[in-house]
Amino acid sequence: MSCCTRRSFMKAGALTLLGMGSVPRFLVRTAYAQGTAARPKILIAVFQRGAVDGLSMVVPHGDPSYYASRGSIAVARPIAGSAETTVDLDGFFGLHPSLAPLRPLWDERRLAIVHACGSPDTTRSHFDAQDYMESGTPGVKSTQDGWLARGLGAAPAGAASPFRAVAMGSQLPRALRGDVGAVAMGTVADFDVKQDMGRTGGGGVNARRGFESLYEQGVQDILHGTGRETFDAVKMLKSANPQRFHPENGAQYPRGKLGESFKQIAQLIKADVGLEVAFADMGGWDTHANQGNEKGQLAQRLTEFSQSLAALYQDLGDRMADVVVLTMSEFGRTVRENGNRGTDHGHATAMLVLGGAVKGGRMVGRWPGLAREQLYEGRDLAVTTDFRHLFAEVAVRHLGVPPTAPLFPGFSTNPAKYPGVLV
Amino acid sequence: MKTFAGSLSVLILAGALSAACSSAPVKSQGPAPVVARPTSPAPMSVTLPASSLTEDQRIIHVLNRLGYGPRPGDLERVKRIGLAAYVERQLDPARIPDDRVEAAVQAFPALTMSVPELLQSYPEPDPKLLARIQSGEMSQQEMRQMAPLERRPARISAELQAAKLTRVVLSERQLQEVMVDFWFNHFNVDARKGAVKWMISDYERTAIRPHALGKFRDLLLATSRHPAMLFYLDNWMSTKADLVVRAGPQRGRQMGLNENYAREIMELHTLGVDGGYTQKDVIDVARAFSGWSIEKPREQGTFVFRSPAHDQGEKHILGHGLLAGGGEQDGLRVIDILSKHPSTARFIAAKLARRFVSDDPSPALVERAAKTFRDTDGDIRKVMVTIIASPEFFSQEAYRAKIKTPLEIVASSVRALDGELAPPGGPGAQQPGGGFALAQQVGKLGEPLYQQQPPTGYPDVAEAWVNTGALLNRMNFALGLTANRVQGVRVDLVRTVGSADRRRPERVLDVLLGSVLQGQATAQTRSVLAAQLDNPEITRATTDDRGPANTDVEKLAALVLGSPEFQRR
Repeated sequence: MSCCTRRSFMKAGALTLLGMGSVPRFLVRTAYAQGTAARPKILIAVFQRGAVDGLSMVVPHGDPSYYASRGSIAVARPIAGSAETTVDLDGFFGLHPSLAPLRPLWDERRLAIVHACGSPDTTRSHFDAQDYMESGTPGVKSTQDGWLARGLGAAPAGAASPFRAVAMGSQLPRALRGDVGAVAMGTVADFDVKQDMGRTGGGGVNARRGFESLYEQGVQDILHGTGRETFDAVKMLKSANPQRFHPENGAQYPRGKLGESFKQIAQLIKADVGLEVAFADMGGWDTHANQGNEKGQLAQRLTEFSQSLAALYQDLGDRMADVVVLTMSEFGRTVRENGNRGTDHGHATAMLVLGGAVKGGRMVGRWPGLAREQLYEGRDLAVTTDFRHLFAEVAVRHLGVPPTAPLFPGFSTNPAKYPGVLV
Repeated sequence: MKTFAGSLSVLILAGALSAACSSAPVKSQGPAPVVARPTSPAPMSVTLPASSLTEDQRIIHVLNRLGYGPRPGDLERVKRIGLAAYVERQLDPARIPDDRVEAAVQAFPALTMSVPELLQSYPEPDPKLLARIQSGEMSQQEMRQMAPLERRPARISAELQAAKLTRVVLSERQLQEVMVDFWFNHFNVDARKGAVKWMISDYERTAIRPHALGKFRDLLLATSRHPAMLFYLDNWMSTKADLVVRAGPQRGRQMGLNENYAREIMELHTLGVDGGYTQKDVIDVARAFSGWSIEKPREQGTFVFRSPAHDQGEKHILGHGLLAGGGEQDGLRVIDILSKHPSTARFIAAKLARRFVSDDPSPALVERAAKTFRDTDGDIRKVMVTIIASPEFFSQEAYRAKIKTPLEIVASSVRALDGELAPPGGPGAQQPGGGFALAQQVGKLGEPLYQQQPPTGYPDVAEAWVNTGALLNRMNFALGLTANRVQGVRVDLVRTVGSADRRRPERVLDVLLGSVLQGQATAQTRSVLAAQLDNPEITRATTDDRGPANTDVEKLAALVLGSPEFQRR
């Protein structure tokens, strides 16, 4: 039996330290709630799966080649006062009109944008590129763990909460696989033994208690250890009752997966369950046909995306001081419009960083230009900021990961190379 | 994850490749290599070693390891024919009648179609149609008429999933199904990557299944030439360096080598990451396979060798020289070199031992299995005999040492309760049936079938499957299954419990422990469950149709399925 990974040792250690069975661990952990422990810094990573068109999301309206390369799908030049043209940011770049809900964050200097960001790897496969971005090792497929798991593993130990890392969804994303015991959660409400699954003829039934006793005692192996941890987590969540928190400050989450995920992440944050890294994703960015311009398919996805982000920001209010949201996508799309009024798989894209600690209201990174000779392989926006420098900056400056930690094996990054979104 | 709408770049590239390689693709030079059709081997005689396990334990162990767990009555059946005879039969699946499963999988037409047929029968809906659906211009109803779900490409993997669950639950050829799962996972492809969705059922049927207990070389060759693998690991677009497209919209575009497959065939399929190859070997293997491609991946989808794309120079691979001008034969030479390499024997032996014996198999066992591999030219059946007939396999340490994967927990639960699966139903057989519902449960537990993105396949060690959240999902699956809440799946607990007096909860418990865990529960689990019987929530005093003081058999059965013992095999 394989019982002796680093993690199960740590689990066993934590159980001993906390006096297993005497004090429920969740009581120890909810120390935050009483203000006896500093609130942890929180990173919310958002993956735009399918390769978002960075050139429509954050429009380089000042680059003459932009309108030359794109016909029907170009987003119109800013017109002051118009809600249907590019929202100008600095005279050169602007937000897609669907991202207008993020404009206030820009004005408050809580939103920074890293354009021409991406991976040095040449792959144009969604699957490979997502894998590389999440493992943090472009070109290397054998990496077992994800960059967020490595980051959290190297971050100063917070409370031994089972909710340090939570992914919204039924699958643990690649980025969180590893030794940190991340939780994948469809919904907060689902994270329990389903009391109503049995035939409840009228008597309340409690299968949870039954399952719990099966794992409560007995040998110290991975199964029992995890079983106990699971029920600790269930109890902790029950006691913290995140569902009692409703969106505040007039925040309205849009319908859709990302809004739902953010709403629940906000609940977990407010419930002080010890969350440090949350992960959410959104699909529908692979706009090969009929992408649209100010309106249309992509505009609709961007609306859901920006409304979700804005609602989260509003809902969390003062708590945003401890939160950084980082958006990412596996690659960008071709500069030229294709024959189906869409775009094909490209190279660099734009990533957003927002939160209280962000030094925002500015574009970060070098703009490579859209003239033909400036393009990567003659067709795509070139990468001028390796995504790993950006991710490293967020991990180090926000989560407190030591700069020397092997966040990206085989890749050298250090504060001198950070794009500077947080200072 | 969303499936990505029609990937145009692939279409364009396919055109570019054809253009680069002259208008008419050049077919194989000389006769195409024929993958040996597996012949039914001579019956194999197996002698099982002495073991400190009891006879019952040995049988349970075999049913758990060479299959997806015992069904009611299996223990007695194996006792009757003898364990060694049972193992011999399992090693020779062609001789086991399996009419029930053969009949059940008839309901899945996608399973028997060729790739060109699948491309024709399950076309991608028009991207413009999809855009109209996304923009809300079209109602769900209209959409179902214009592009019925049962005619969409996604239906192919849905049927494949449903058939897989049908087979693992019902098939008498249990070891065959375990081996198919093992090799598919070893030579993993992901249905969600581009055109693979039209190729994946044919891949399992023609490249994996016939060779699951055959020769490793045949398996390696069949996977290397299958369009599913060529597409999944990008070899289909790998050409000699600096090939320039001569015609078509991509005219002038430079093509070149793609190392993806070359690296994975050595790292994952044969030698193992420490198997002794270098980056130079990767490049020369990629050169050897350059031109192994697919004819119109989204229209025809068959293997084609494109001679103009092939690097005709000489190659040096793992100490072997390949003369210039080898053409299509270069790739076949690589298959031979890799399947005979001692690192391959060791790598495959270790992986099989991990699957069948323990997460950490002893080096001695691995070495014996590797020796069999070397001595028999990679005869998988014989390697399996070495592993099964080993003292390690029947050791106390190996007994219930493996944590079940999601597929194994779902399959073994349904088998333990003798569950029945509904066939596909509804108009146009829109409802894919009980097998599909179970496959979705497997996905919920973290193992979405045929949808593992990394080429490494799913892991086969406990750590991968035991985490907070995962156990909860297993318990909820058990509660759902016993309460008949999994659509299209029916368990009959009345039959399971039989004549046990429901007013005597401890009797009911013992029957359940007998049928689900063959009476092998630890004293700990037995007493925890017995203590539950005092809980009025389990033995409710409600006045439902079964009268007062009846045992909640569903809940109790769920607890047994959710017990630590049942998570192990």
